[in-house]
Amino acid sequence: MVAQIIFLVITLAAIALFTINLRKIIRNIRLGKPADRKDQPMKRLTTMLRVAFGQSKMVVRPIPAFLHFFVYIGFVIINIEVLEIMIDGLFGTHRIFYGLGGLYNFLIGSFEILAFTVWVSCAIFLVRRNSLKIKRFYGVEMTSWPKSDANYILITEILLMSAFLLMNAADAKLQLLGATHYVNAGAFPVSQYLMNLLPSTEQALIILERSCWWFHIIGILAFLNYLPYSKHFHILFAFPNTYFSNLEPKGEFTNMPSVTNEVKAMLDPSFVPADAAPGKFGAKDATDLTWVNLMNAYTCTECGRCTSVCPANITGKLLSPRKIMMDTRDRIAEIGKNIDKNGAEHQDGKSLLDDYISREEIWACTSCNACVEACPVNIDPLQIITELRRFTVMEESQAPSSINAMMGNIENNQAPWKYSPADRFNWAQES
Amino acid sequence: MEFKVPTMAELMAAGEEPEILFWVGCAGSYDERAQKITRDICKILHHVGIKYAVLGTEESCTGDPAKRAGNEFLFQMQAMTNIEVLNAYNIKKIVTGCPHCFNTIKNEYPGLGGTYEVIHHTQLIQDLINEGKLKAEGGESFKGKKITYHDPCYLGRGNGIYEAPRKALEVLDAQLVEMKRCKSNGLCCGAGGAQMFKEPEKGRKDINVERVEEALQTEPQFIAAGCPFCMTMLSDGIKLKDKEQEVKVLDIAEITARANGL
Repeated sequence: MVAQIIFLVITLAAIALFTINLRKIIRNIRLGKPADRKDQPMKRLTTMLRVAFGQSKMVVRPIPAFLHFFVYIGFVIINIEVLEIMIDGLFGTHRIFYGLGGLYNFLIGSFEILAFTVWVSCAIFLVRRNSLKIKRFYGVEMTSWPKSDANYILITEILLMSAFLLMNAADAKLQLLGATHYVNAGAFPVSQYLMNLLPSTEQALIILERSCWWFHIIGILAFLNYLPYSKHFHILFAFPNTYFSNLEPKGEFTNMPSVTNEVKAMLDPSFVPADAAPGKFGAKDATDLTWVNLMNAYTCTECGRCTSVCPANITGKLLSPRKIMMDTRDRIAEIGKNIDKNGAEHQDGKSLLDDYISREEIWACTSCNACVEACPVNIDPLQIITELRRFTVMEESQAPSSINAMMGNIENNQAPWKYSPADRFNWAQES
Repeated sequence: MEFKVPTMAELMAAGEEPEILFWVGCAGSYDERAQKITRDICKILHHVGIKYAVLGTEESCTGDPAKRAGNEFLFQMQAMTNIEVLNAYNIKKIVTGCPHCFNTIKNEYPGLGGTYEVIHHTQLIQDLINEGKLKAEGGESFKGKKITYHDPCYLGRGNGIYEAPRKALEVLDAQLVEMKRCKSNGLCCGAGGAQMFKEPEKGRKDINVERVEEALQTEPQFIAAGCPFCMTMLSDGIKLKDKEQEVKVLDIAEITARANGL
């Protein structure tokens, strides 16, 4: 009974804490500007099923795709086991689903095999990340926290799977001893090999089994609360992020309706715009971006696939699409913290542009869409870069001088170079 | 030119309408190297007997470089001016010689009142091959020649067109060799996003050099392009590597014109 109360308190506390943090993040995302991503629900659903559930964009790199797939499937399937643990914990039962008989044995057996593959995959990832010099795991934005974060995630998963398998091994041994409360249920294809390593007395086995059970479930609840602080958040956000991702051709940039109004008014003095002009053109700070951009930032798993294909980054420029996403996330998180501390009206005098992302970065982009293509969860760094450029050009008139010259040419000669419009058709006179 | 390139104004005056408008673009109009490609596109259109026209001096920058640079005002001023001209001429179908013009007119003009069927010249060539109107005969033979094709970002990743230009090369019986980074994983030439008009930020090397080095690894006799900006960037890279004698950079339209003896 005491154990059940403790279990209930821990579970409720963990869920409450997670809910508070999740709501803060959703609030932060909602600080963004509106964006219409409600069209074509079927296409959005199939995109989500293909890209998030089916991990279609992971296959570009087969080795991590293969290992990641096991970790992902393991995570999804083993959550069924969490349901049983929840019921057992709350009601003081043990292996409540054992009545399923053959199906139960099949399930527990599958969980074991998956737990083992997750364990092995995470171990390989850990070694690979820390001892092989994989270029994508380095870079200016990969400071100590992102590096540690990745390792914490992998170590936690290894510990959780170890506890799960040890718990089963102890349970299986207790079943053989005929201990009360330990029903004969489950199949143990992996943990049977651990049984010989365990103590043989019933008392010691029960202590071991219970310790692992508690460690496993508290570990899961702690991990749940680690998510909002970690890149691992993608396990939740990958789904909405792909669902709400851009369905239009990648080459298409948004047309700004606020500008359309102004231009129409300039060309036709009788034109009356439908809605009022916005506060500013483009983005100076994270809150000037759309909620989709901000959701992208929270979804980013810092894998670096975008940066590894960015032509600017490859050739040694300062731009890194991953840094764009991480900076956006760090800035919106900072704005959120400010709101929590000082109220919604508080200004800290900082902004995404200049304090986080430099002009040198945004002007190095070729808008080639390689980063957008590479992202396994359909994040779009290019849109953020474009919005920052829009602000510097339209609000500040701070474009590089050569860009100003190009724009001056378009205004005066209808071409980005300094040629006379009268000569535009001269090409037809030559052979 | 051995024939007269018809303008929309002339056709309109004669009370005629073209099947397709050829949107030349600024590079195709003014850049000496790109002008050759423009003329070759006209030769192909003339050769197959499609009734076409150009806007000539009535054409104006689509606004692509301004938009990518962040100047939405200038872009929309250009777009609306162009849309007014295109709509006044009742244009339905457009072929462009430039992926940037193609992307802008196809994707960004409809929201501002300009909706047309827009194709890139490599798609036109693909269609003509499929219809049997272009055969790759009567001209220079590319049989067995090693050709590598560089995907323009705004044609490939930007709009998912990877097969049309390759189809135009396949018909030559040439040996098409792919670079390591090709199709959706293709590496940019370095000119997109208004980079064409500015010096690159400081780094280890220029993007076009990186790309040309990759192209040279396939040991090609020809590098095929489909974009006037890529043409400039790749040609400059080949010059820098001192490979102008061994490797020629040609647009798909030029290769097609040569193969058909136009």
